Amino acid sequence: MKIKNNTLKIFLRPVWSDNPINIQMLGICSALAVTVQLKTAFVMALSMTFVLSCSSFIISLLRKQIPKNIRIIVELSIISTFVILTDEFLRAYMFDVSKQLSVFVGLIITNCIVMGRAEAFALSNPPHLALVDGVGNGIGYGSVLIIVAFIRELFGSGKLFGFQVVPDYLYSIGYEDAGFMLLAPAAFIIIGLMIWFQKYLSRDKELKR
Amino acid sequence: MTENLVSIFLNSVFTGNILLAYFLGMCSFVAVSKNINTAIGLGFAVVFVLSVTTPLNWLLYHYLLAPGALHWAGLPNMDLSFLKFIMFIAVIAAMVQAIEMIIDRFSAALYAGLGVFLPLIAVNCAILGTSLFMVERNHTFIESVIFGFGSGVGWLMAIVSMAAIRIKLRYANPPYGMEGYGLTMIVTGLMAMAFMLFSGIAF
Repeated sequence: MKIKNNTLKIFLRPVWSDNPINIQMLGICSALAVTVQLKTAFVMALSMTFVLSCSSFIISLLRKQIPKNIRIIVELSIISTFVILTDEFLRAYMFDVSKQLSVFVGLIITNCIVMGRAEAFALSNPPHLALVDGVGNGIGYGSVLIIVAFIRELFGSGKLFGFQVVPDYLYSIGYEDAGFMLLAPAAFIIIGLMIWFQKYLSRDKELKR
Repeated sequence: MTENLVSIFLNSVFTGNILLAYFLGMCSFVAVSKNINTAIGLGFAVVFVLSVTTPLNWLLYHYLLAPGALHWAGLPNMDLSFLKFIMFIAVIAAMVQAIEMIIDRFSAALYAGLGVFLPLIAVNCAILGTSLFMVERNHTFIESVIFGFGSGVGWLMAIVSMAAIRIKLRYANPPYGMEGYGLTMIVTGLMAMAFMLFSGIAF
């Protein structure tokens, strides 16, 4: 029972209280660029979860074999193998999404979350826990991405997943899409506000400590 | 020709700023911009590594990896472009290591200034991102040199000005939960807005 609780804790921690983007400030590079539309954010979140969990698992399996002083390059080549797989898959089955994501799938390699989890967790924990940790971090990252994309697509272009949700009569009485939401600064500001919000919500806990 | 190069340079420094418009290199940007001296050190290290690795990756891509690039070796139908991620990151990691050793050997002062930042740079998304953008935008060799240098300068400008702003922010009194990273992100957003004004100028 204790082990199960521990696993659950490892899974839940990165989703909320130790969220990679909002709390640890890792992996923001790609998080901001792909969040103009829900569709790209969703695909990115899935690819990230896939790469993160697979590479954490493999690195953890090999953790006793990897020599310490060349571990970074070994980790990078394991990660890039999975990134190449993801990129080839996306180009074969979702070409238009892969065009929109452009270089950002490739940039999963240098995403600090993947390297950070490999260094901080996978190298010192058994494979099944590393896998759980990878999935948890992937979901924590993905949920922030999807929330930001939801806000930006809804207010920026009045659509969700490419379907119009803001009714026409709102436009006819003078409602306009906030074009600002589609631009780079909006992403920074939304993430900043989210960090504020989350810290504010967990304030009571921190004060108790 | 020259006009084109100037416009690529100005574009990569201002309107297409690698950090403020494409969000690359955010992690080290947030972590290192607390102190202006370390920000300058890391900024110059990034300029240096970018100006070396971008042209190097151009050569690698166009003579080994691109579709048909192995024509000179008698393999005109070979397409190795799917290997570009792993090759680029290997080149970057190797270059960073080599630069670190060279600086260590020849200039103790420079090593003391840049040394600690160099290993960090290998996993900075801005470096890999610039190489990938260079492939996507079909730059020529000269253009890739200018593009790499310009991106580095843009990143340097962004991180140094951010460090300067954060020194002032230390004396600010933000609401609970806003201090630190939240405020940094919002200030970065405002800075990105300021940089967008440059897009009104036609280069």
